[in-house]
Amino acid sequence: MAYLPNTDAERRSMLDAVGAERIEDLFSSVPAQLLDPRLDLPPALSEQELVADLERLAARNRPLSAWESFLGAGVYRRFVPAIVRATISRPEFYTAYTPYQAEASQGTLQTIFEFQTMICALTGMDVANASLYDGATAAAEALMLAVTHTGRRRVAVSSAIHPEALRVIATYAEGRGVAVDVIAQRDGVTPLDAIEQTLTAEHAGLIVSQPAFFGTLEDLAPLADRAHAVGALAVASVDPIACSVLVPPGEAGFDVAVGEGQPLGIPASFGGPYVGFMAVREALVRRLPGRLVGMTADHRGRRAYTLTLQAREQHIRREKATSNICTNHALMALAATIYMARMGAGGMRAVAEVSAQRAHALADRLAALPGFSVAFDAPFLWEFTLRLPCDASQLVAAMRRRGIVAGLPLGGIDPSLSDALLVCCTEMTSPAAIDHYLDAARELAKRPQEVTA
Amino acid sequence: MSDVTAPTPAWAGEEPLLFELSTDYSGGPRTVAAGVDAKPLDALLPRHALRSAPPAVPSVPEPVLARHVGRLARRNHHLHHGIYPLGSCTMKYNPVVDEQLAGLDGFASLHPYQPDEDSQGALELMWELERMLCSVTGMARMSLQPAAGAHGEWTGLRMIQAYHAAKGDTHRTRVLIPDSAHGTNPASAALTGMEVVTVRSNHDGTVDVEDFRAHLDSSVAAVMLTNPNTLGVFEKDILEIARAAHDAGALLYYDGANLNALVGVARPGDMGFDVVHLNLHKTFSTPHGGGGPGSGPVGVAESLVDFLPVPTVEKRDGAFLLDHDRPRSIGKVRSFYGNFGMLLRAYAYIRAYGDTLPQVARDAVLNARYLQRRLADLFPMAVDTPCLHEFVATTRGGRVEGLRAMDVAKRLLDYGVYAPTVYFPTTVAEALMFEPTETESKQSLDQLAEICTAIVEEASRDLAFVQAAPHNAPVERVDEVAAARRPHLRWRPE
Repeated sequence: MAYLPNTDAERRSMLDAVGAERIEDLFSSVPAQLLDPRLDLPPALSEQELVADLERLAARNRPLSAWESFLGAGVYRRFVPAIVRATISRPEFYTAYTPYQAEASQGTLQTIFEFQTMICALTGMDVANASLYDGATAAAEALMLAVTHTGRRRVAVSSAIHPEALRVIATYAEGRGVAVDVIAQRDGVTPLDAIEQTLTAEHAGLIVSQPAFFGTLEDLAPLADRAHAVGALAVASVDPIACSVLVPPGEAGFDVAVGEGQPLGIPASFGGPYVGFMAVREALVRRLPGRLVGMTADHRGRRAYTLTLQAREQHIRREKATSNICTNHALMALAATIYMARMGAGGMRAVAEVSAQRAHALADRLAALPGFSVAFDAPFLWEFTLRLPCDASQLVAAMRRRGIVAGLPLGGIDPSLSDALLVCCTEMTSPAAIDHYLDAARELAKRPQEVTA
Repeated sequence: MSDVTAPTPAWAGEEPLLFELSTDYSGGPRTVAAGVDAKPLDALLPRHALRSAPPAVPSVPEPVLARHVGRLARRNHHLHHGIYPLGSCTMKYNPVVDEQLAGLDGFASLHPYQPDEDSQGALELMWELERMLCSVTGMARMSLQPAAGAHGEWTGLRMIQAYHAAKGDTHRTRVLIPDSAHGTNPASAALTGMEVVTVRSNHDGTVDVEDFRAHLDSSVAAVMLTNPNTLGVFEKDILEIARAAHDAGALLYYDGANLNALVGVARPGDMGFDVVHLNLHKTFSTPHGGGGPGSGPVGVAESLVDFLPVPTVEKRDGAFLLDHDRPRSIGKVRSFYGNFGMLLRAYAYIRAYGDTLPQVARDAVLNARYLQRRLADLFPMAVDTPCLHEFVATTRGGRVEGLRAMDVAKRLLDYGVYAPTVYFPTTVAEALMFEPTETESKQSLDQLAEICTAIVEEASRDLAFVQAAPHNAPVERVDEVAAARRPHLRWRPE
């Protein structure tokens, strides 16, 4: 049977050894009325049948690779060097457990230590943890950290952060009895005057995003100042590749940096698995949720690594732990580590630059079309909000007929943006695709009846 | 560092850090040319937004990086190398075909914000997986969104809170949890703002029903249980406990960490549980990845379906869709729809067994019972009750006075096998918790028993030698006390 190694003869000899007649007798402690329920499961598949079934399902999808894609919105199609998948496909890494026995887990532990160091370098912070589930839960954990640290029970959230993060924060906060004040974006960024009007000495923390969800760039330092002015922690959710070119949150005065690590060599994979990261200032290290790896020595004085500061964690502290997190996303953190090591700061900068150059070229040319404009004046990196002369979902439908995924219509996120489209370019967006997008937009601008049909 | 007088194997000793292999912060591999009218970044963005110096993330040449990866790989124990008998962790074999299937471009390149019509295959897979998991657990519906077991616990408790709140029952703020439970149970309850009340367990880890009843009143929102419990013993009074909990208006929560003992053989839903979380990375064989990604779907009885996280996957007129319009939902607990890549592997795993799935639990229990029998002469067992999928032994009162659980654990590493879970459950002194899983052959179990025999014999001859183990691992015993006392959490140039 599928993955069961023992033969019936071996089962028989093991049953004899334990003094049981039949394998079913081993379940005698379970009340008989509970045993052997009728299961509604299909017949077993051979490996060949299984591959055919999954290939059938995969073929029912039309992934981004089948389109000329301009869809980003927090999940980016970036070029992944082959060594990333080659590394995480090694059983030495993917079949290993959480590194409890340090002496037999030095490989995993060292790569996590390297990940922590790289996240610190990118964010400009002092200490990073071993990873979290994703960017959205990392954002929520960061605000819960602020709640614990300050003893306050309100948080402020910019509406220009990723909508998935906003919703996850709401769920975490409601469970903890923490109030959430959402600060409405203006011009695609978080307005300072609205922050000043909102923030009070009751606020534990403020979270903003860089770039903002709309592709726009925040001016970070004044935002951190406003949070600190009321004694709140300043939290930034950042794109790790953008960190290779932008002022890092640590330098801008933030206390906590979190983010979604998907752009670092991890496929879109319909939403996961990805990897969240969190980095803090030294003073907050004992508030960090999740695993931490430290460098130490073995009994011969050789460099060695181990999980550390575990007194924060659930298996020691139970209900007094900093978080309930038990696993992190180590394998995805490994993918990110190998991606970063292969690319280096220089390679990531090149990726950021090409993406931004293409996005700006596309935006400039689209804005020259009648009825089209870039929605916000704030500067943007590789993603921009395009204002249209029609409903965005109508344009998206018309573009799909031309093989183009034109971006994300924003009406579902903010009804006042129903005529706006979030458009993204990366190093995977070819110049030919950009020309194709422009041709299609030009044609549709001339024939609005096709769009509204 | 090489030691000239006593050469160590290539994988032992120290491996340089990436930051010592390269300090190139501005080079890196070639990327593509922009191919458009290209301005430099400082012409596209305001100067004050740009960082002044590159981050210290080095570009490591591929041949150097490949060897670094190769050397680090040899410094890990892993399932393709040897048994991983960690109790409560269910380190079963991860089918290699599942890795291949997860890499199919139709899944890997699918963006979560593509319209439903582009993701019919992925949605069908999720819909089918939900139904199979419901069938195995006896629950009405399931959310696949939680990213891990602990995340599922918290999600389940949030739904329980919402359920009571919807009935106007806002004074239920306590959660009953036995002292033998996993640490995530009280930690998850605390995150929901509820008060944790610890219930005494009997010596075999089962619930002390009298103590349980004494704590059960109208302030109790939920009772969290692991069944079989952390000593591998079935909760014999489960039907009585369920009845009492429900009579008091509380809901019963099933921690699925130990479901491998019962998968397909008995269902939490039939036992009376209202909420169940699963660890797909345990029972359903998705790889642990050195500590994640996991996946922690949470199933609910009919009365809690309205509170499931959004979106759910529905099938209408033969097409699959994501339903975001669920007004009573607790909201989102994670971005998008969960760890889809893990859901895919779990789907493939269940389809490979199909209706023969109960044999997984049967072999898992037989393997544990057989290993327990083989080790019974070496280590006293924590309880006399016959185990299901795992058992707890102890070095306390064993054949060698002074031999500790940690010494056995570290010496096992020298033999190329991993250690059992040690010092858990905390209710047992010097605990060694073994869970072999169904994918170990009899040969592998015999080998583990023989290694344990050898270790006890070594300890009876030369205890200090075993206490100083490991001797044959990439590093010797690691100084965890120093690591915690002076935390060194990132590399800095000397």
